[in-house]
Amino acid sequence: MHIDLPMIWAAIIGLGVFLYVLLDGFDLGIGLLFPFFYGEGDREVMLNTVAPVWDGNETWMVLGGACLFAAFPVAYGTLLPAVYLPLIAMLCGLIFRGVAFEIRAKARRTQHLWELAFMLGSAMATFCQGVILGTLLQGIAIVDGRFAGTAFDWLSPFSLFCGLGLLATYATLGCTWLVMKTDGELQRRMRVMVKPLVLTLLLVIGAVSLWTVLGQQAVADRWFARHNFVFFAPVPILVLACVAGIVRFNTRGHDTLPFVLTQAILFLGYSGLLISIFPYIVPPSLTIWAASSPPSSQKFALVGVLIILPIILAYTGLAYWVFRGKVRHGDEGYH
Amino acid sequence: MNHVGDALLLARIQFAFTVSFHIIFPAISIGLASYLAVLEALWLRTGKVVYRELFFFWSKIFAVGFGMGVVSGVVMSYEFGANWAGFSQVAGAVTGPLLAYEVLTAFFLEAGFLGIMLFGWTRVGPRLHYLATLMVAVGTLISTFWILASNSWMQTPQGFALVDGKIVPVDWFKIIFNPSFPYRLMHMAIAAFIVAAMLVGACGAWHLLRGRRDEAVKKSFSMAMWMIVCVVPIQIAVGDAHGINTRKYQPAKIAAIEGLWETEKGGTSLNLVGWPDMQDEVTRYAVKIPHLGSLILTHSWDGEIQGLKDFAPRDRPDSTIVFWSFRIMVGMGFLMLFLGLLGLALRRGGRLYESRFLQRFALLMGPSGLIALLAGWVTTEAGRQPWVVYGVLRTADASSALSAQQVGTSLMIFVIVYFVVFGTGIYYMLKLMGKGPSLGDTTDTHGDDTGKGAARFDHRPLSRPTDPIDE
Ligand code: HDD
Ligand code: HEM
Ligand code: HEM
Repeated sequence: MHIDLPMIWAAIIGLGVFLYVLLDGFDLGIGLLFPFFYGEGDREVMLNTVAPVWDGNETWMVLGGACLFAAFPVAYGTLLPAVYLPLIAMLCGLIFRGVAFEIRAKARRTQHLWELAFMLGSAMATFCQGVILGTLLQGIAIVDGRFAGTAFDWLSPFSLFCGLGLLATYATLGCTWLVMKTDGELQRRMRVMVKPLVLTLLLVIGAVSLWTVLGQQAVADRWFARHNFVFFAPVPILVLACVAGIVRFNTRGHDTLPFVLTQAILFLGYSGLLISIFPYIVPPSLTIWAASSPPSSQKFALVGVLIILPIILAYTGLAYWVFRGKVRHGDEGYH
Repeated sequence: MNHVGDALLLARIQFAFTVSFHIIFPAISIGLASYLAVLEALWLRTGKVVYRELFFFWSKIFAVGFGMGVVSGVVMSYEFGANWAGFSQVAGAVTGPLLAYEVLTAFFLEAGFLGIMLFGWTRVGPRLHYLATLMVAVGTLISTFWILASNSWMQTPQGFALVDGKIVPVDWFKIIFNPSFPYRLMHMAIAAFIVAAMLVGACGAWHLLRGRRDEAVKKSFSMAMWMIVCVVPIQIAVGDAHGINTRKYQPAKIAAIEGLWETEKGGTSLNLVGWPDMQDEVTRYAVKIPHLGSLILTHSWDGEIQGLKDFAPRDRPDSTIVFWSFRIMVGMGFLMLFLGLLGLALRRGGRLYESRFLQRFALLMGPSGLIALLAGWVTTEAGRQPWVVYGVLRTADASSALSAQQVGTSLMIFVIVYFVVFGTGIYYMLKLMGKGPSLGDTTDTHGDDTGKGAARFDHRPLSRPTDPIDE
């Protein structure tokens, strides 16, 4: 039997990146919501909802990078130089945000500065991730397996818009997460924000979809050629259904469904993107097969993934289980 | 210098800068994680409050260092692709999977259990909590295993084939267990333990100097002194073996470390100090000890050591740098040995906690672990030049096609961000150490067994409202 290793690896990386967006999305989102909450202890509670898990969430990004490096070194070595400046800015954003978690709780005179670092760091990391995604979607010039563009190829109205779009996405995730994890007054104020956020998100998804379909013939062909659209039509329809569901369940006072449905939207949007670019790993010219490392590398690393990933999912689940339930003022947290 | 050369130089400076900052935190994390596991085990076994107090105290410092280790590490893992695209494409087939294994077996383990370890004290039972602490400690060591396998393979590569100028892995066992790996792994793991012991010792010394004589301070100082006297001699022995291994596989590096230009017959002397001059191919102001070079590196009276002139100028590492970085490391090693022996001697007279000389010395030696560690890495990495993958890929061919402006800008940003962020972080770590472990009520508080998993634990230390420390 012939096993298509690059396909398996593309699926693994796809899953890893999706889990990253899902998980780190809500804790970056908390930073984006910070400016709207400054009541006594509110920010403490918001941080404490993710204190025990944010590091694990960010590790999915490291996994994505490492797997890309292991399985598709050509993609790794062309994509990253192409988005060099936004990448560096994203890393700096993550540095500020990550360190702010720890130091904010220990500082008094400079506490507000670290809160600012947390907000700006989260916003910068999110925005840059969106820009990087946008750059990937719009395509990267590659010649002989090397990036062949200039330092500012990534800069375009489309990529900047993707940056803003991701801000809306993560803010929505963060907001519905906090609806789930808090109660009382704080929760009530979160609920107020859900509807405007989710509608913005819908607009963004619509705009990015239109933009890629109108702007890129290949994407338009993928979606509309022959009967394709019949197969793919559920994607946009389900997105609409989820949005309606979120708004409805939120007003009815449901705690978890808004968060779950936001995740569902994300899943749909993400699969939409994959439909658009597959089988390219770096559009418009590099396919997953052309970017692959030798089979001996892909096999060796695959063994590890298949054995260890389930274990990771198990103990990550354990950590979420241990810290389940609402977080309230004065709960155990940063010290 | 042309443009590519500038970008390359800047990329090298950037790598050296970011990885040197990064390695500071992992070293502290690796050492402290194991120390914390020991403290918690002692607390669970003996029920003595002093161990629990020390656990809480050091876990706060650990948390700050760990956070900085994580974010600076994320930078490293992306820097490979961004600045070293040539390296990624030629050698990614080997280093990529090793990094992937590190993420899978180590980073997730650390991150997954870190939350429970730091925030789960009242939420889980003592067994699960201890398991979490243990997993974090084990995770840091697994991480050391994989990253050093990767680095050692770059130093002494084997188990691969070259196909179309790209490295294709053939035998993973040979790749991981390459000739320099066992030595480097041991040397680095021990170095991390020494780093932590030096910090714990210096912290204890500081509070002893300021007059504290409570259990927690005395206990931690004593534990650190035991650790130093036990582990430093092992480190010296391992370092010696490491050097002999390097002479076999990277003779040019050893020649550079020794500042040795000619291959001498009938026994090589050791340059104790001196100034290797790469231009004129001599080591100036050398103070030599006859035969000692042979004795150390070959363990024989007249063993032969190759001199730098045996290698073409373009294949020589910079002797001035590694000559001195090596001597700094070894010098620190012997100072540590002296500190450990002094502590041991003073124990006998019961003056361990009273000798102000010992306390001042231990305080001063606080950063010595980190200094030796960094000096060691500079020796290893600069001594590998001009190769990234020794004998296979030159550093000059490893970089990305970026402009000097891009790399320069990012370097500048990193320098500013690192000094601001990590500078503040280190400041807070020092502040926390300066505050010291809480005095602790020496009465055992097994009384308030309320709630789930609270048996043997009381809720006080962690649920205490945040106490700011920068007033
Ligand atoms: C000897 C050990 C050692 C060495 C040589 C390195 N690291 Fe490291 N690294 C660790 C030991 C470690 C650690 C002990 O596992 C960390 C430090 C933070 C923490 O304290 O965990 C860590 C964290 C860490 C993280 C974040 C993990 C997370 O998300 O939880 C990444 C991505 C890297 N490292 C990557 C690197 C790269 C690419 C290196 C090579 C240039 C490197 N590290 C050198
Ligand atoms: C797996 C781990 C590591 C890998 C893969 C690695 C790889 C590299 C690479 C690609 C370079 C660039 C070549 C050059 O600049 O000359 C380099 C240089 C360097 N690395 Fe490492 N390194 C690792 C670990 C470390 C660590 C932990 C340190 C500790 C401080 C370190 C210190 C340095 C230094 C100082 C240089 C600059 C040497 C010079 O430019 O002459 N490295 N390393
Ligand atoms: C005093 C006796 C010591 C000797 C003889 C010694 C020997 C060596 C040698 C020969 C190397 C270079 C390996 C290479 O070829 O690449 C090295 C590297 C290194 N040393 Fe030491 N060392 C000593 C003490 C220490 C101490 C006290 C520390 C830290 C606490 C330390 C930390 C390191 C580190 C981190 C490296 C780089 C990683 C590696 O290559 O293992 N060393 N040492």
